[in-house]
Amino acid sequence: MQHDDVIWDIIGNKQFCSFKVKTKSQSFCRNEYSITGLCNRSSCPLANSQYATIREEKGQCFLYMKVIERAAFPSKMWEKVKLSKNYEKALEQIDENLIYWPRFIRHKCKQRFTKITQYLIRMRKLVLKRQRKLVPLSRKVESREKRKEEKALIAAQLDNAIEKELLERLKQGTYGDIYNFPVHAFDRALEQQDEESESESEEEEEEEEDDEDVGQREFIAEDEVEESDLSDFEDMNKLRTSSDEEDQSNEEDEDEDEEEMETAGHTKASRLKGRSLAARKKRAYVEIEYEQETEPSSKNRAT
Amino acid sequence: MDITEVPVSQGSKSKKKKNKKTKKTNVTEEGTGEGSAVEIKEEKMERSESAFPPSFSVSEIKNKQRRHLMFMKLKQEKRKQKLQLKKKRRKEREALGDKAPPKEVPKTIENQRVFDETTVNPEDEEVAFDEATDEFSAYFNGLTNPKVLITTSDRPRGRTVRFCEQLATVIPSAHVYYRRGLALKRIIPQCIARDFTYLMVINEDRQRPNGLVLCHLPDGPTAHFKVSSVRLRKEMKRRGKDPTEHYPEVIVNNFSTRLGHTIGRLFAALFPQSPEFVGRQVATFHNQRDFIFFRFHRYIFKNEKKVGIQELGPRFTLKLRSLQKGTFDSKFGEYEWVLKRHEVDAVRRKFQL
Repeated sequence: MQHDDVIWDIIGNKQFCSFKVKTKSQSFCRNEYSITGLCNRSSCPLANSQYATIREEKGQCFLYMKVIERAAFPSKMWEKVKLSKNYEKALEQIDENLIYWPRFIRHKCKQRFTKITQYLIRMRKLVLKRQRKLVPLSRKVESREKRKEEKALIAAQLDNAIEKELLERLKQGTYGDIYNFPVHAFDRALEQQDEESESESEEEEEEEEDDEDVGQREFIAEDEVEESDLSDFEDMNKLRTSSDEEDQSNEEDEDEDEEEMETAGHTKASRLKGRSLAARKKRAYVEIEYEQETEPSSKNRAT
Repeated sequence: MDITEVPVSQGSKSKKKKNKKTKKTNVTEEGTGEGSAVEIKEEKMERSESAFPPSFSVSEIKNKQRRHLMFMKLKQEKRKQKLQLKKKRRKEREALGDKAPPKEVPKTIENQRVFDETTVNPEDEEVAFDEATDEFSAYFNGLTNPKVLITTSDRPRGRTVRFCEQLATVIPSAHVYYRRGLALKRIIPQCIARDFTYLMVINEDRQRPNGLVLCHLPDGPTAHFKVSSVRLRKEMKRRGKDPTEHYPEVIVNNFSTRLGHTIGRLFAALFPQSPEFVGRQVATFHNQRDFIFFRFHRYIFKNEKKVGIQELGPRFTLKLRSLQKGTFDSKFGEYEWVLKRHEVDAVRRKFQL
């Protein structure tokens, strides 16, 4: 007892103790065997030769006891008793081991044991619940990804891709009969095939026609229009529109009218239209058309 | 004499342009004297400048200003040479006319893409068989209708909430539910019991959506994406009116590998099988270099060669982070594919989707 008081005088209130943590209002004891965490005369493990604590190791609770008889043997100073997992039984064990010990230590030990069991239960519950994992972002990687994304966006050309896809679907007829276009799309496909075969022969025709045109410009209006169709596709635009209108009243449907009005601005489209009209007009004699260099002369003879 | 002078003056590269000019004038005089073109001499001089002390490079000059100057000069020379080369080539091409060799196609990342052995061949029977019997077959055979449950991580705020709402308007038959701290593993059986086919969880960070978990319900794969560049409806430029209730069409573009195919089907199964063309709305998932861009447009055919599109609806980009077999189970699930950063960074021409 003397020993204890002396020790407390040295390390106690407002003195230096290496386990002491001072704050404005209170001091704490960082010693691992301390039963309450506060720095008090009765709860200082150094200044009490008869002392007991509860400590927990990997979910198992132990009762540690220190008595003055073993004060001379530091390695054997603390007696460790494993407590049962059952709460009530463990409390009985504490009582049993700390019989005849001061009330303060017994009470504090039981309090500490209760607290420990409570937090162990909470830990087990939390593990079963959802656990949030924080994943660190690396700044370098993030900025790299951002740049890659921008470049990919530019390379993707989304608007073009979407438009192309939609037009593909229109061509393939997934939209059924909703739009008027499908008819023309089909015709267009045919015409394009015709044009391809025409364009090859047209080049040859042009050369030959130039020679023959000299004598044949006196012919009937219809034939002239037909020839000029084939000879000069650039001039066709101007010719086309006028002849278009003439032809519209004769042959074409209203749908085509609307289309042609709409696409009047597009020279390419109108050229194609012109070609299509020419093709349509000549559909009756597609085969004969290729012989047209000689045909006018034959017509001439006819007329 | 001039020849001997040149190395000396070159050795002391610290001498500035003045020195160079004098050298040049000497050489040019020589050149004219000899009767060869001045340009050629200058070029030679320049070349000899760079080639003369054989192990010399611009980086060895200690003085920063001068080093910078020399480097700029080097660059200019290179640019000039390049231009000259181009001109020459163009002249050759014009001269040849029709017989010119076809223009070379420039190299793009898509061109240079490392060939992926899992690229799906359209006629592959194995793949076709797989797809006929996988978890989406029920949808693609018309047996189930999609029904999507959209939720977020805990306590969503701000943009995430609005993003969820807008997504719900884009995807027909989608329901948004507030997540009250429930565990996903407990939600999933309840969803299955109520006939949901998809569970979409939007993860948020600081009031912005940054992740998406898409779980196909009966027992389907779970895909985890990183979400970036989310643009809400009111931030869109030149956008149209709000989308209607019609079922949109779906465009799924550019998914070429086996993994890409799975993901593509995952997206396609979000929407009902029979789109209503009356609505003229289209949702697009376009894959480019492993980034999936989502767009929602309204289209109108002006004629059979032109279509106009107007963007409505939110837009965002996704990047696949992991694909897991079975429903959401991050600990014990079997992962089919996981993004490994170090792999991706090593090869720039290799893409997974």
